[in-house]
Amino acid sequence: MKTNQSTALYSAVITSDPRKSRIKRLRKYRSLYILAIPAIVYLIVNNYFPMAGLILAFKNYSYSKGIFGSKWCGLKNFTYLFGSKWAGIMFRNTILYNLVFIFLGTLIAVVVAILLSEVRSARAQKAYQVIILIPYLMSTVLIGYLVFAFFSSDNGFINNSILKPLGFDPVKWYMKPNAWPGILIFVQMWRSFGFQSIVFFATILGFDKTLYESAVMDGATTWQQITKITLPLLKPTIIILIIMSIGRMFSTDFGLFYQVPQNTGMLYEATTTIDTFVYRTLMEDHDVGRALAAGFLQSVLGFFVIMIANTIVRKVEPDSALF
Amino acid sequence: MAGNNKVFRRVANVIMVILCAMAVIPFILLISSSITSEQVISQSGYSFIPRQIDFSAYKYIWLARKGIVRAYGMTILVTSVGTVCSVFLTTTLGYLLSRKDLVGRSFLSFFVFFTMLFSGGMVPSYIVWSQIFKVTNTVWGLILPNLMLSAFNVILMRTYFTMNVPDEILEAAEMDSCGQAGILFRIALPLCKPMLATVGLFSALTYWNDWINGLYYLTRAKELQTIQNVLNSMSNNVQFLKDNASVSIGLEFSQHIPTLGVRMAIAVIAVIPILVIYPFFQQFFVKGIVIGGVKG
Repeated sequence: MKTNQSTALYSAVITSDPRKSRIKRLRKYRSLYILAIPAIVYLIVNNYFPMAGLILAFKNYSYSKGIFGSKWCGLKNFTYLFGSKWAGIMFRNTILYNLVFIFLGTLIAVVVAILLSEVRSARAQKAYQVIILIPYLMSTVLIGYLVFAFFSSDNGFINNSILKPLGFDPVKWYMKPNAWPGILIFVQMWRSFGFQSIVFFATILGFDKTLYESAVMDGATTWQQITKITLPLLKPTIIILIIMSIGRMFSTDFGLFYQVPQNTGMLYEATTTIDTFVYRTLMEDHDVGRALAAGFLQSVLGFFVIMIANTIVRKVEPDSALF
Repeated sequence: MAGNNKVFRRVANVIMVILCAMAVIPFILLISSSITSEQVISQSGYSFIPRQIDFSAYKYIWLARKGIVRAYGMTILVTSVGTVCSVFLTTTLGYLLSRKDLVGRSFLSFFVFFTMLFSGGMVPSYIVWSQIFKVTNTVWGLILPNLMLSAFNVILMRTYFTMNVPDEILEAAEMDSCGQAGILFRIALPLCKPMLATVGLFSALTYWNDWINGLYYLTRAKELQTIQNVLNSMSNNVQFLKDNASVSIGLEFSQHIPTLGVRMAIAVIAVIPILVIYPFFQQFFVKGIVIGGVKG
């Protein structure tokens, strides 16, 4: 009985009129729809509710009055946000850090991927891959501890074991905002280079081996193979990944900027990005309005940038576009 | 010329070894600091070679193990529940979207995909979870917000199903009167084990390492803290010991607890499971990065 039903359903898809087949297809996948309900509900709650919640940026939100009870206030939250000196600082930091991360990160990753592909011993190659990924597995809290072990003023490795023996005065790193762009960039490169390199390395592994073989036959040196074969073939991937990361221009890793400098007030000038600003205003200053306004700008600008990035990718290389 | 290439390869090897060393060295500092005596640390700082091996930090943790064991229990609980849910949600939705003759397929795909382009951000998300769903200071605050389902994984899963489960097999199964759910669990899933492992591992890593949910949603319920939350609050609590702040409190405090070493020892305890498990699963990580990275 059941056998007949399902075979009938299947042929119905092909033969009968569209409306009828629609209902039958709905019936056919009934159990799958039901199974997927939790996932769909989760996306609605976790992703779509907050999107709708962005309108709160135009309200004078108060926890007691709730989402619907709070009064509209026009652009007050935004003028209030830009009345703070942190608005400019956080946008500057977010954008500049991201630019450095994108370009320096890509450069390092490409170089490492090429070096890795030049390693001939399969075992060594595997070992390198496994080891350079280790930093990527660590939580930012833990990375904060590692950084602290190096930079702590009283007990840090750098002050005690490098600067002191060389006769320099110890530096109070957690009081010197100037030092932190460098430290944060280094930390970000340290934790992400393995991951990014492997993306490029995998791409290189996919290249046509015969190109290299014939190049070697023609007497090309390794350097020539890299500049004349590997890099040109890698170019589309590089461009796509760069454009895609530009699409994430307004987001930063909260942990990197909050945890690694240990949320030190002295360093805010150098470490405040939109994400840490939002956290601080929301959870420490309980200043929901400012946090909402900053978050709203982050979401909306982020959306525009990713749309623009995608449009560019579609022009450069249609196959790699997100949509 | 051939000599030239050899030189290049040697240089490549040397640089790779240096990079590998750089990736690992901070952990050596961490481990060695955790087994250095408190006096040595306060005199000459954290260093790579413990001048005087001393396990008092671990002894202290052992004495105060209740808190650590509980935090570990929370981490394991949150990670396992979160990962199971995450794999379930990703699979069911990914499989649904992979059915080519599905009614509403393009709408649903867009519904999932759009969450990758646009997000409400932290503040509305916090308001939704804390004000509507009241997850603050409950274990759900660690499990539910943000980490459970990523649209990106759903799309990877969908693609994997479409590529690796041949239509003929599904048709045959339909003929054999397997229900659609039966087909998913008995036929499609076994064919997609590598993808399940990848999604599961990345999700487990995300939950294991997460401390941000704890920061936002555990404001009072300290007994629910995971090991990462403990690390986070320790780094804030000893913040006043750190550096330039009132030294007197620091000295007084450090007479009772080997603070400098204990912090590092707890960090070591938090990191060891990952370092131990990682080699066994690294191929899935590499695979996952490759699938995810190139199309991401």
